[in-house]
Amino acid sequence: METFILTIITAATPLLIAAIGELVVERSGVLNLGVEGMMVMGAVSGFGAALLTGWPLLGLVAAILAGTLMALIFGVLTLTFAANQVATGLALTIFGLGLSGLVGESLVGLPGAKLQPLYLPFLTDIPHVGRILFGQDIVVYLSIALVAGVSYVLFRTRLGLIIRAIGNNHDSAHALGFDVVAARYACVAFGGACAGLAGGYLSLAYTPQWVENMTAGRGWIALALVVFASWWPWRLAVGAYLFGTVMILGLEAQARGIDLPPQALAALPYLMTILVLVLMSGTRILTRASAPANLGQPFIPDR
Amino acid sequence: MKRLVLVLLLALCTGAGALQAADKLKVGFIYVGPVGDFGWSHQHDQARQALQRALEGKVETTYLENVSDGPDADRAIERLARDGCGLIFTTSFGFMDATVKVAKRFPDVKFEHATGYKRAPNLSTYAARFYEGRYIIGQIAARMSKTGIAGYIVSFPIPEVVAGINSFMLGAQSINPNFKVKIIWVSSWYDPGKEADAAKVLIGQGADIMVQHTDSTAPLQIAEERHIHGFGQASDMIKFAPHAQLTAITDHWNDYYIARAKAVLDGTWKSTDTWEGIGGGMVVMAPFTNMPDDVKAMAEATTSKIASGALHPFTGPITRQDGTTAGEPGKPLPDPEILKMSWYVKGIDDKLP
Repeated sequence: METFILTIITAATPLLIAAIGELVVERSGVLNLGVEGMMVMGAVSGFGAALLTGWPLLGLVAAILAGTLMALIFGVLTLTFAANQVATGLALTIFGLGLSGLVGESLVGLPGAKLQPLYLPFLTDIPHVGRILFGQDIVVYLSIALVAGVSYVLFRTRLGLIIRAIGNNHDSAHALGFDVVAARYACVAFGGACAGLAGGYLSLAYTPQWVENMTAGRGWIALALVVFASWWPWRLAVGAYLFGTVMILGLEAQARGIDLPPQALAALPYLMTILVLVLMSGTRILTRASAPANLGQPFIPDR
Repeated sequence: MKRLVLVLLLALCTGAGALQAADKLKVGFIYVGPVGDFGWSHQHDQARQALQRALEGKVETTYLENVSDGPDADRAIERLARDGCGLIFTTSFGFMDATVKVAKRFPDVKFEHATGYKRAPNLSTYAARFYEGRYIIGQIAARMSKTGIAGYIVSFPIPEVVAGINSFMLGAQSINPNFKVKIIWVSSWYDPGKEADAAKVLIGQGADIMVQHTDSTAPLQIAEERHIHGFGQASDMIKFAPHAQLTAITDHWNDYYIARAKAVLDGTWKSTDTWEGIGGGMVVMAPFTNMPDDVKAMAEATTSKIASGALHPFTGPITRQDGTTAGEPGKPLPDPEILKMSWYVKGIDDKLP
């Protein structure tokens, strides 16, 4: 049971981190489909930096920086030059996958430095729950803190109000004197940082190695989670953990020889997550109310 | 004016292309994964580079990586053919139908499809008898396991994979008739995260030997972390698991690729069906490590017996999962039956998807 839960946590954490970043981006009215690309750049940069310096923590910093830089490319194109966000996001993913393969060519096949889990004397040794509560690596705790932080900032602070206002109606927000483009830049950068961190988690903790395309579609799952969680941070956490749980349960069932087609088991996490999150979002009016009204629309200041 | 320049440029490009094609053989490769997967596609790309070096000046190689099995493959292969490739290797089972289709459209181009069974006058097939290696690792697994349970991570239920599981099991049963294997289908050739999760689940259920028929090093790394043993896949993965890897079944395509390119250059290329194993050098076992000397001696003895042909993993009669038997007593199963294998041997509790 303990290993089961530990496996779920490592599977859910990268999804959660990438998704919470994208949630903020979308709340500000920007749709960045480049999560996969930023994530994979985070993975290669994090791995490379950790290998060069021997410090996995520095690797995480490098991963965050790489993700942010990628996001800023997206920002310049879509915010400054008001390019189409969908097309730019897709291009960012393709670009990230290609570039990471190029810069990571010499890193393939090298065993890297692994981010060590936390160890607190006594606390970590508590049977059954010690390793789950006190024996994770710092990124896991950070992911929970991020959800709490984002939830607080978005709904309890003036800054959050501004972000949501910009996402819902950028013209009104602009008329009120808020700098729409600057706020969106900040949100996009935050989203990139999170995606980069999620990528770094993959190459430093989840499977400490660099191989091309190692994100294997996790960026897209994160994007889907944001929508199905109807842009609510805590729902997102539920969704990510549910996805991880059902995925690991599917593997458990297979290894126990339970007679279900593995293709169905592989599809189950997606189905379950969609189902539960749709049920959770309750009435359709509520869902529509939480979707940022100006999502994906370019903003061109008129003066 | 602009248009004129464009036309001139185009003419120049195609002219140059034609000139190049005339004096050099262009060889194209299609990979299912990234060349940096350090597994299946990596080994094919190593062989491509070897070909480039061996026939320097006579061949020019090019490749497309990360080509998925579906309709994408069709376009990718056609692109290489249109680019002037005279010889094209499509290196995954899933490219079979796409290769057949494109081969029909380009009768002058020679095609080589790995691990398939459909041929045409300009389409050869080639594969390695990986199942030979799997028999050896089955024997090692049965000797090294304390729990008597191996975890086996697999991709898709194609004949090659199924034959691999059966061969592994027959090898293991030759040592320990009660040996058990727990199987997880991850429905992907390459997803390090999911492979790692599967490995953790299998270990949680008592497996202390990790076997994989997927392409990343993740399962072996988990084996290293949890202090159990495992086997590398496609390439030697000892760097990722210095204490865990017992051996690895590695693919060596170099000689084959060089021979086939030479045949095209000489004009002696014919549509053939090549299936080589340990004896023919296409399958090479990585050094046997992390095991006691007597286990190592056994593994080496089995390897040489298989290489010489004295031992065939699929020697009849083989009892299938449903109780029926396959093969004639004392004789190896005919190749077509191995190439189309879609049943489990007795002793495997899993059900084929």
